[in-house]
This record gives sequence, C-alpha cells and structure tokens, in this order.
Amino acid sequence: MEHTSRALPKIRASHISKVFSNGKERVEALRDFSLEVQEGEFLCIVGPSGCGKSSFLRILAGLLPASSGTIEIQPGEDPGKPLTSMVFQEYAVFPWKTVLENVGFGLQMRGVPKAERLTIAQSWIERVGLSKFIHAYPHQLSGGMKQRVGIARALASDPEILLMDEPLGALDAQTRTLLQEEILRIWEERRKTVVYVTHSIEEAVLLGDRVVLMTAHPGTQKAVFPIPLPRPRDLKVMATAEFGELTYTIWEALRGEVLKAMKLLGET
Amino acid sequence: MNGKGNPKLLSLLTLLFALWNGCLTLFHGWTAFWWLGLGVDFLLIVGIAELIGKRIPPLYAPLYRRSLSVSFPLLLFLAWELLVRGGVLSPDWFPPPSRIVQALWELITKFDEFSKTSLLGRPWLLLGAAWGNRPETVKELLAESHLYATLMRVFVGFFLGATPGILLGMVMGVSPTIRTMIDATLSAFYVLPKIAIFPIMMLIFPDPFGEGPKIAVVAISVFFLVTINTMVGVRDIEPVYLEAGRNYGASGFRLFYHVILPGALPVVFAGLRIALGTALIVIIAVEFVRAKTGVGFLTFYYWEILSPEKMYAGLVVVMVLGVLLTAGLKKVEQWVMPWRKP
Ligand SMILES: Nc1ncnc2c1ncn2[C@@H]1O[C@H](COP(=O)(O)OP(=O)(O)OP(=O)(O)O)[C@@H](O)[C@H]1O
Ligand SMILES: [Mg+2]
Repeated sequence: MEHTSRALPKIRASHISKVFSNGKERVEALRDFSLEVQEGEFLCIVGPSGCGKSSFLRILAGLLPASSGTIEIQPGEDPGKPLTSMVFQEYAVFPWKTVLENVGFGLQMRGVPKAERLTIAQSWIERVGLSKFIHAYPHQLSGGMKQRVGIARALASDPEILLMDEPLGALDAQTRTLLQEEILRIWEERRKTVVYVTHSIEEAVLLGDRVVLMTAHPGTQKAVFPIPLPRPRDLKVMATAEFGELTYTIWEALRGEVLKAMKLLGET
Repeated sequence: MNGKGNPKLLSLLTLLFALWNGCLTLFHGWTAFWWLGLGVDFLLIVGIAELIGKRIPPLYAPLYRRSLSVSFPLLLFLAWELLVRGGVLSPDWFPPPSRIVQALWELITKFDEFSKTSLLGRPWLLLGAAWGNRPETVKELLAESHLYATLMRVFVGFFLGATPGILLGMVMGVSPTIRTMIDATLSAFYVLPKIAIFPIMMLIFPDPFGEGPKIAVVAISVFFLVTINTMVGVRDIEPVYLEAGRNYGASGFRLFYHVILPGALPVVFAGLRIALGTALIVIIAVEFVRAKTGVGFLTFYYWEILSPEKMYAGLVVVMVLGVLLTAGLKKVEQWVMPWRKP
C-alpha cells in the first residue's frame, strides 16, 4: 500500500496553460507548466511578479479553469476533509465576519458542530497570536493581522493540500520571521502537502523541500532546486553556509527572469 | 506668521464687523445694499470663526465645530428676521422665522374645524385614548392627522417597493442572463420621472382618489432605485470574496447567505437611502396634486388660501420628517451591519 501511494503524486499538473482574454486583449499567464507535488511535500514557487503564480494556485483550487492541460489530485482517506484551502494574496478575509467567524468559516461550511468549531478556531487564532482580537471585525485589524486571520482560516479547515499565496508578503520583518517559525513548527507536526508561493528566496529555502523557479511572462517552469537541508528545521539553518549557497544559486537563476519581467513591463 | 491666530487681527475683524453693520444701519443702506451687507458680513464672520478656531485647544475642537454648524443657521434665521422687520424682504414671500414658528405651533395645537383635520392628530388626545385603551378613538384621531397620512403612504409604499426591489436586484446581480435581459428595460424606466405615472395609477385603481394610486407611485419609484442599486451591489462584490467562499465549501444558498448578501449590503443600503428621499419627494408632489390629507396637501392648501407662514411651517415639517426618516434608516443600517467602519 505504501508503495502505490508513493507512485502517485498528490498533485500532478500536466502542461497547464492559461490565457486570459477580455475582449480583444489576450494575456498569456501560463504556458505548458507542469509540476508534481508529493504527498507531504512542502513545495515553494518563486517567480517574478505577474508570471502566473496566483493563477496557477487558483487553477489548483478549482477556482479558475485552465485553458489547456490537466490537474490530478489524489483525494485523501477522509472524504469530509476539503481537498484544498487557500490563503489568498489579497487576504480575502470577510469584512462582515468577526475573526472567530472567519477562522471557523471552513468548518461551518463543512457542518462541523458549533462547539467543536469554536474550539478549533480559537486554538488556531491563539497560534497566530490574535487572541485579543477574537471578536474584532477585520476593519479593526492591520493588513498583517488580516493575513494571519487568512492563514488561521486555512489551517483550521484542515485540508488535504494547503495553498498559500504570498501569505507573509504584507508583514513586517519581525512578524514575518515569527510566523515562518510557526509555519515550520505546524508543518513538522502534520506534514501536510503545501504549495507555497513567495517572493522571498530565503523564505522558500527555509521552508521548502523543493523550490520551483518560474519564468516571466508567460510563466513556465525554469528550474527546480531540491533543498537538502535537514528536517526538522528551524531558523538556525539560515546561519549555515549551505543555506547561503542555495539562496545564492537560486537568485542567480532568478535574476535574469526578473530583469526580463521588468523590461517587458517597461515596453508596454 | 504664526499659526496660532493673531488676537489683534481678531479684534480688528470684530471691530470691522460692528462698524460695517453700524454704518449700514445708520445710513439706511440695508434696503439698497442688503445682499452686499450680508455678503461682507458672511466673509467677516468666516474670518472671525477661522481665527477663533486656531485658538481653540484641541480638546474643545469638536464642541467648537458643532457650535459652528448650529449657530450658522441660527444666524441665518436672525438675518432673515431682521431683513423682514426692516422692510427689506416682503413678509408675503418670506414670513419671518418667528411667525413661521408661531404658525407651526398653531398647526400642531389646533384642530381645523372646517376640514376636520390636524397636523399631528392632536397628540394630547391621542395619548389619552391610547392610555384609556380606546382603539376606535385612536383610529379616528390618526385618520385626521396629516403627518400620519404622509408617513403611512411613505412607509407602506417604501416597503412594497423595496422588498421586491431587493429580491429582483439580487437575482439580477447573481444571474448574468437575467441581468442582460432586464437591464435595458429597467434603465429606461429608471429615467422616467415617476410622478408621471400617477395618472395611470389613478386609472388603474378602482378608487382614483384613495390611497391605492398614491402608495403605488411611491412603491414604483422605490422599486426601481432599490433594484438597480441591489444589482450593482451584488455585481460589484470583490471576486476574491466569492472565491474564498467557494474555496471554503460554500455554494448555492449558503454562498448567497454568507458572502453575496453581506457583500452587497452596503450598496443596497445606499440605494435604500436614496429611495427613501425619493419616496418623500414623490409623496409630497402627489399630495400637492390630488389628496385631502397629508403634509403636502396641507402646504398646498395654505398656498391656496394665501397663508405663507403656514406654507413654510409645512415645509419645516417635511424637512424634519426627512431628517428623522434618514436618521432612522441609518440606525437600521448600523444594526444590520455592525461590521462597518463607524
Ligand atoms: N482575471 C484576470 N483577467 C485578465 N488577466 C489576468 C487575470 N488574472 C491575472 N491576469 C494576468 O495574468 C498574469 C498573471 O497573473 P497572476 O496574478 O497569476 O501573477 P502572479 O505571479 O501571482 O503575480 P504577483 O507575484 O504580482 O502576485 C498577469 O499578467 C495578470 O495581468
Ligand atoms: Mg500573485
């Protein structure tokens, strides 16, 4: 049994392309993008702005149809669990629900009884450090705090696959580091399959088992870097020479793409 | 230049103000130059208020602002009163505020024997009847009240128009097909001045002079405004909220209840606010034309018998009504949407 589940990746995206066309304009966001993610793998995607990272996550979540290509996701053993839960780049925390209601939303939609739902939501709110704001509405929170609500909402709904779109992008450096530690700790506990989009190479190397580098416009896969840093990891790993080498190698490869992306923007 | 407001300048301006008004009065300049006099007065008052504002400690700033916004209309009334008494403005067109207040008091306290009506339905009797549990008397008293007649038309019409308006707007917002089908037609009706359909309503209803056509015009005006606003509210919800809703397992009715409805509410309420104002405009206009009760009728009636101060009293009642209704809706809004920034 162990053997068969190894053979099938948790996610297999084959030859995905995505073209947005509103009226006359056509934007090719993704071209022939293929990716496999193993069960329990923490996969990071890095790429220049506008290369289709968010579009790819939306396609994985079934929120956006791909123009061509196929997505196969192996369902888990518990049919009650959602397949994917997304942390949106734009937070997407409901302004009309309190922090508690937001975090418990996925569970509520799944029909988890209220008492249980509240307990689970509460514990996740504590873990992201928002206990004081449990009954606050989002307009009372800062951008970073809203994103922590988004993260807690995704974690609380306990999905097969966690999709995170630049979840720490809006945070200050200190909170960011704290939450990176927290994410590492949570992941070591559960070993969930994670697809994690970030702009920060350090973050990708710190968190990921592999880092996928995407090209600019249209997004394709440029290179994959396995991160052989030992698990369980913590922030200490960032002080090692190996960490520095890995980040530098990835940056070398990424630099060309970023320059290309900036030139493309300049032309239009 | 220091930002603290120069006390010397302040005294100078105050002196100028006194001199200017004194001279105009002394040389009987008001009759010919009243508009110039008021204009200069206004500028001087703005200057004085500005200078005082700079010297007010921040703690009292809100109080200062509130007293500014209250005292300006009072000053306006004072100027009005003085201009009429001084013979500059004709009391036939602009009865002085003191007489308007008097007329209002008369309207509130007196029962009109001729038309068998009163403005408020004689509240002192009303309270007694309600206290003494005499529903028949209460009914009679309410029936003679102009304010009650107008309020009922507004409320019933508003409710009858807003309810289907919200429903249709939601359906149109959710379904692009229905939206495309109905949108153009709706927009055409939207630009039609609703008062224009009043004759048709009078034709349709068996009793053309009864309440039916009046309420129907209000309801129809409200309906179009609310429908369009609700549709826009639903259509313009940030797509990412819908995505989040769907991603976390909401669909169908639950997506509607948890995401679409609350997401559209702010715009829906904006529509309700506009619709309420419009309802008031429409009902007053209808009452001008064809009614035997209502605040609009009352105002028009006093035009017919040439009693300008009572006309103005009618306007005051309409204004107060508008302010109170809007404030009430605001309260409902805060209650329904506690999550909005205050
Ligand atoms: N709904 C849409 N309609 C039209 N074009 C779109 C739409 N969504 C995305 N695009 C285009 O597709 C491309 C990829 O967008 P996407 O949001 O996936 O990029 P991204 O990699 O997430 O960028 P960033 O790092 O800045 O978040 C962009 O050029 C964008 O303009
Ligand atoms: Mg993005």
